[in-house]
Amino acid sequence: MISISVILKEEWIMSNAILSIKAKLSHTGESIRHPFRVIVEKEMADHIRSWRFIILIAIIALTTIGSLYTALTNFSQAVKPNDPEGTFFFLKLFTITDGTMPSFTVFISFLGPLLGIALGFDAINSEHNRGTLGRMLSQPIHRDYIINAKFTAALAVISVMLTALGLLVMGAGLFFIGIPPTAGEFMRIVFFTILSILYVAFWLNLSILFSVLFRQPATAALSAIAVWLFFSVFYPLIINLITKSLEPPPTATPQHMIAFEQFRLVLLRLMPNQLFSEATTTLLMPSVRSLGPLTMEQMIGALPGPLPLGQSLLMVWPQVTGLASGTIISFVISYILFMRREIRSR
Amino acid sequence: MVSVPEIWKEVTVTENIIELKGLTRRYGQFTAVDSLNLAIEKGEIFGLLGPNGAGKSTTILMMLGLAEPDGGTVRVCGYDPVSDPVEVKRRVGYLPEEVGFYDDLSGMENLIYTARLNGYSANDARTRAGELIRRVGLAGEEDKKTGKYSRGMRQRLGLADVLVKDPEVIILDEPTLGIDPGGVREFLDLIVRLSREQKITVLFSSHHLHQVQQVCDRVGIFVKGKLLAVGDVQSLAAQLFNGDGRPVGSERKNYSLDDIYFRYFEGGVDHE
Ligand SMILES: Nc1ncnc2c1ncn2[C@@H]1O[C@H](COP(=O)(O)OP(=O)(O)OP(=O)(O)O)[C@@H](O)[C@H]1O
Ligand SMILES: [Mg+2]
Repeated sequence: MISISVILKEEWIMSNAILSIKAKLSHTGESIRHPFRVIVEKEMADHIRSWRFIILIAIIALTTIGSLYTALTNFSQAVKPNDPEGTFFFLKLFTITDGTMPSFTVFISFLGPLLGIALGFDAINSEHNRGTLGRMLSQPIHRDYIINAKFTAALAVISVMLTALGLLVMGAGLFFIGIPPTAGEFMRIVFFTILSILYVAFWLNLSILFSVLFRQPATAALSAIAVWLFFSVFYPLIINLITKSLEPPPTATPQHMIAFEQFRLVLLRLMPNQLFSEATTTLLMPSVRSLGPLTMEQMIGALPGPLPLGQSLLMVWPQVTGLASGTIISFVISYILFMRREIRSR
Repeated sequence: MVSVPEIWKEVTVTENIIELKGLTRRYGQFTAVDSLNLAIEKGEIFGLLGPNGAGKSTTILMMLGLAEPDGGTVRVCGYDPVSDPVEVKRRVGYLPEEVGFYDDLSGMENLIYTARLNGYSANDARTRAGELIRRVGLAGEEDKKTGKYSRGMRQRLGLADVLVKDPEVIILDEPTLGIDPGGVREFLDLIVRLSREQKITVLFSSHHLHQVQQVCDRVGIFVKGKLLAVGDVQSLAAQLFNGDGRPVGSERKNYSLDDIYFRYFEGGVDHE
């Protein structure tokens, strides 16, 4: 009796083993891609071939060229003698403007969200509406592969694009100014690129969350854009209203003033674009040594000079973690919603 | 020492490829599937027959882990789709009610994608997809974008898609919807052939009794979330008409599924 059961069990195990071998070996001995990679590759191909992406590339390339042009034409005025940032003039390419055209960093902080939203707002709902979600989910893959692979693919596309733009600006600078960036400047630009990717990733995840929440891609896109508009237009207004009414009188104690200023900063830092612009400022303007109020005591003895890269990175750490946690929060919410959802066709 | 019941359990695991026990699914107050018990044996073609809204699709979704049961258990190929969905989906092919494809890819490319998700290499995926395209009668259409496929062509491609993974079980949710009568015949013949040749178990939901009667070894009649009767057509008739005093088969030698179906749905049989 034992033997029957053992034989049955062994047969069971054997058949499983054969199945898994069958899955791993191919007749031609080619390597087999992990399903996750298969999905990522398809999604990336979809993005790159889509009209949406081509239009986005066109917009962003044009604005980059525009901001580069203003930066280069104003370059000589922007570099002043005795400027504590004088040695970092290569970085100015990213930040200077003559007032007619925003700088490259401002463009990224403005268009980055649009890029993230555009690549994510129909991630899940369009699969559902096409009836492909049920079919995908009946393949032997974990459910989270779909959402993770979509995020990974969009992020990969965004990373390539932003890196290319960063290199483009550097290349143009090299060509027109004729002086290569120093190692420090180069590292700052690298970190700035990583930061921009993180910033776009935040908006990407938010729009993926909306694509899980709303069945209609148009609704998802509009909601994501509404959040973006809220943060870039209305939220600063609201903060202004609040802080105006709470502003301490000029006779208030310095402690009171500092407390108020810090309160205002906390409110501001709930905005992802505020976090991004603070972090870019620190990274690309090395003379910035504090993002909050400084007391006279703190200022006394401080030499007006650029911060070393390590110090700048330490300073942006809270902003970076803020952005990262925002990204993770929307990811977790969409994950939970998606994992538990019933998938009916259409 | 292993006891007899334990061995028995192992034997039944391999015999009953699908096993539902007390399966329940509620939507708020509404119970879509109500303590359903059902066992389907390896190699059989089982028809789940029921009117619209009976809970057929809901039951199928729970077999694949695409919906979570509120009560009861499901075992498919010896695995629990709630805790082990990937193992179940490795072995089960599922054709959803309204199958969708990536419209900007050709039929061939869609199948290749599915094959690659199932662990085929690029070359093997191509071979396999080509083979199946021919098998379901879409030869010559494989390079057309699926957005330009007709309803019936999509349905055929859907069947090919289900077969890509070389499944042990295929679950088809109203697969003949939108296929022309000749196509339905072919489609059903293909299913029967597959089942017989490759010992594939087929679960097939429908409200077309004639189709179910044509191909199914056994039928389950499913109304309002409850399975009212299970068996082959003749034994269903026996179950049903025994109660009303007529000796089975005395007046008619052969009951058709029509008699049974209408008896349940329109005849007002008092359920329970
Ligand atoms: N998300 C939902 N919320 C509430 N009720 C639902 C939901 N999904 C399905 N139902 C209900 O569950 C019941 C069973 O639905 P199901 O789709 O399983 O029926 P079916 O037997 O497949 O019908 P059909 O033959 O029309 O495909 C229906 O009454 C339906 O209204
Ligand atoms: Mg249905």
